[in-house]
Amino acid sequence: MRRGRFAPSGSAAERGNMAAAAPAARWASAAAAAALLLGCCGAVLAGGIQDQAEQFFKSGHTNNWAVLVCTSRFWFNYRHVANTLSVYRSVKRLGIPDSHIVLMLADDMACNPRNPKPATVFSHKNMELNVYGDDVEVDYRSYEVTVENFLRVLTGRIPPSTPRSKRLLSDDRSNILIYMTGHGGNGFLKFQDSEEITNVELADAFEQMWQKRRYNELLFIIDTCQGASMYERFYSPNIIALASSQVGEDSLSHQPDLGIGVHLMDRYTFYMLEFLEEVHPASQTNMNDLFQVCPKSLCVSTPGHRTDLFQRDPQNVLITDFFGSVRKVEITTETISLDRNLAGFESELPKDVLATEPLKYADQLPVAQIIHQKPKPKDWHPPGGFILGLWALIIMVFFKTYGIKHMKHIF
Amino acid sequence: AVSVSVVFLPGSVPADLPRRLPYGDVREERVPVSCKSPAVCTARPPRGAWEALRAVPYGDTFLPRLSRVAPGSSVCWQSCLCSQPSLLPLPQGVNVYVGKHRSALVRAGQGLAILHARLQQLLQVVSLTASSIAAALSDRVPDGQLGPDAWRHLKSSLGYEITFSLLNPDPKSHDVDWDIEGAVNHYVQPVLDKLSLVANFSVDSQILYYAVLGVTPRFDKESSSFILSAHSLPHVINPVEARLGSSAASLYPVLNFLLYVPERSHSPLYIQDKDGAPVATNAFHSPRWGGIMIYNVEVPASPQTSLPLHVDVDMLRVMEVFLAQLRLLFGISREELPPEFLVESPGNEGLADWELDRLLWAHALENIATVSTTLTSLAQLLDQISNIVIKDDVASEVYRAVAAAQDAVAELAEGHLHSAFQASKEAVTSSERAFFDPSLLHLLYFPDDQKFAIYIPLFLPMAVPILLSLAKMLREARQNKKEPTKMD
Repeated sequence: MRRGRFAPSGSAAERGNMAAAAPAARWASAAAAAALLLGCCGAVLAGGIQDQAEQFFKSGHTNNWAVLVCTSRFWFNYRHVANTLSVYRSVKRLGIPDSHIVLMLADDMACNPRNPKPATVFSHKNMELNVYGDDVEVDYRSYEVTVENFLRVLTGRIPPSTPRSKRLLSDDRSNILIYMTGHGGNGFLKFQDSEEITNVELADAFEQMWQKRRYNELLFIIDTCQGASMYERFYSPNIIALASSQVGEDSLSHQPDLGIGVHLMDRYTFYMLEFLEEVHPASQTNMNDLFQVCPKSLCVSTPGHRTDLFQRDPQNVLITDFFGSVRKVEITTETISLDRNLAGFESELPKDVLATEPLKYADQLPVAQIIHQKPKPKDWHPPGGFILGLWALIIMVFFKTYGIKHMKHIF
Repeated sequence: AVSVSVVFLPGSVPADLPRRLPYGDVREERVPVSCKSPAVCTARPPRGAWEALRAVPYGDTFLPRLSRVAPGSSVCWQSCLCSQPSLLPLPQGVNVYVGKHRSALVRAGQGLAILHARLQQLLQVVSLTASSIAAALSDRVPDGQLGPDAWRHLKSSLGYEITFSLLNPDPKSHDVDWDIEGAVNHYVQPVLDKLSLVANFSVDSQILYYAVLGVTPRFDKESSSFILSAHSLPHVINPVEARLGSSAASLYPVLNFLLYVPERSHSPLYIQDKDGAPVATNAFHSPRWGGIMIYNVEVPASPQTSLPLHVDVDMLRVMEVFLAQLRLLFGISREELPPEFLVESPGNEGLADWELDRLLWAHALENIATVSTTLTSLAQLLDQISNIVIKDDVASEVYRAVAAAQDAVAELAEGHLHSAFQASKEAVTSSERAFFDPSLLHLLYFPDDQKFAIYIPLFLPMAVPILLSLAKMLREARQNKKEPTKMD
């Protein structure tokens, strides 16, 4: 069990590479101050643009995405769907719109025939909190949640017919939250009870994303047994990883509901949900608080995190940098002057020439033709490959057994 | 490369010219941009080639005559110099007036050195500088070198979707009517036509009812109006964004421009900036997303007017702000101008010719850099997975991307901006198609160690008796050679 640089959250937070974060901030804010001083006002273009320099240097992202994956099916894995939906709910509440969330649920618990309360998925016992809500949008559902589709979403190598809601259209200034839950083991995560994704594949997928600059910073959270093994192999920059248990430990579920009959949530995600319920879009809670979210006394397993690939100090990373969507704004101080009386633009596009004869539907299925069709004479092809080999074998065996003198009876 | 022709007005030829007119001079300047892959950073800044023409007669029609230099295939600038301030209609303290059609008036009577300096400054303003090159190459340049506007501007893309939305949270009190189609045809379409070289644009509009901002504004007693302070602005966008929607079919980035008509109970609503001063435009924008403007409805004089009030939105005022925000989002606007510069307003076209050139240049640079990194990482992927299958069309896309990128670099070096940009666009399309081809998923190709892991448990048990019997046969053969078997 390697402890090395992947500190359990109980000990002091590891400092990642401090690269050029602090000196760059100082240099650039000095340059920004100098730029502000230099701003001049022409008589026509009014004012310089107020630069909120300090906002830009906290994090360099302009939009947020979330990829939330639940990989297990069957009714008794209700808790994994509830985990994913509770993170989905927090992320939506903190501001990320559905168009920026890719939600993958491997099974349908809300409308499962065994659900005594249809259209609900609860996270707290006694049915206190329904995380399914009224406006959940599942992008990949049931059998569409496969390792291949997950990797296609991450790397962007998607067939062109995929709709926009199923794509991760992030750019180099996107912060992405990736949350995965299900059954896992040392170095793999099981998808749908039939296949698995290994930590090497996941690390390669992240590297492909980094090569194409599909993310600015990535927060990877995994809630499975031996979850820390999944982030061991990451080697791309700007990734923070959190896991619910170390290698060799199991993540445990929280509490069963006797009315529904299954365990409702996993411990790590349960306490993370309670932590996130306190966060609102303007709050200043940072990553260090998230690292402490489930101490061993509550979680039984030891959650771990990995920050050595991350350039900023986790102390300066706000929760809303990943879970929310707080956009940088600037006041618009300039306008351009338009002339109202200038002749309007007449559309120069050629108007479509209207069809002169009425249009009618083409025959969808030429039934008459099919019924009265004569069978097409098919070309004869000599037998190839397998048939030839089979006959050669049969003939060889026959002549071996009975001797060559029977040849004249055949031919 | 940019060629600049300098027209001297009568009486303004500096005394210390090294040669007789006309003459040409070439100056090259290397812009140092340090970045991680030096192969990419051979960005060539403008070269100034001057040509002084004969004296041009001066008259009332002077300025219009200086306009519209026929671009032909290379970017060409005309600047005009005068030493006697009375001859030029420039206001005091302004030494350079930049027109919108690639021409400028420069006041420099004091000698060649000042002339050089002013022209240098002019070229810096209208052309690329180190910071804008670094911004264009932003993901390949180490973070320390980037300025604050490195990630403000939209990335170069083949198309953009622009959506105008009217938010009316209180339809019971305000019946808002906006002639968006007319405004788009009148004001927006000329700008988009000028930008059509850069990308394809599609424009939509929508009206959203009962869409509230995420923040409750405070009431300010002194001005008896409602105030939205600057630090609450980031939280305004989120609740609205979920309802904005976007076209399902296209993958282009979306620019949202929202016009918010505050509720009657929260009218009038003003935005305050960080120092507490009200913002003249009553608008704010978010980089790479779009802009929001708040349109206050005048409270009617008589309190008995029947609700809902009919409101006809003044689209000119609105479009002035939206188009200014569009310029900012694209990075067309120039923040810091040297103090003696005056730039002509672009008017209804939205942007000056030289601003368009700058945008094309920056986008072309960005495209070429993207192509080189994409193809490099594709090559790295192929090295990693040795048994990957490259389909023919992927291969042809790669060849096309390489050829187009080389074209683009050559054209940029000569200054043929439009063809360079087209070539760079083609290169980017081909390289993206090659890189994101669905068949290149690394999951589909087993690494060699996994293949061993699958086949060894199958074949090793089978192979053991075969190998042992082979070994026995060899031993017997060797023994037979040593002592021939006794024949009985």
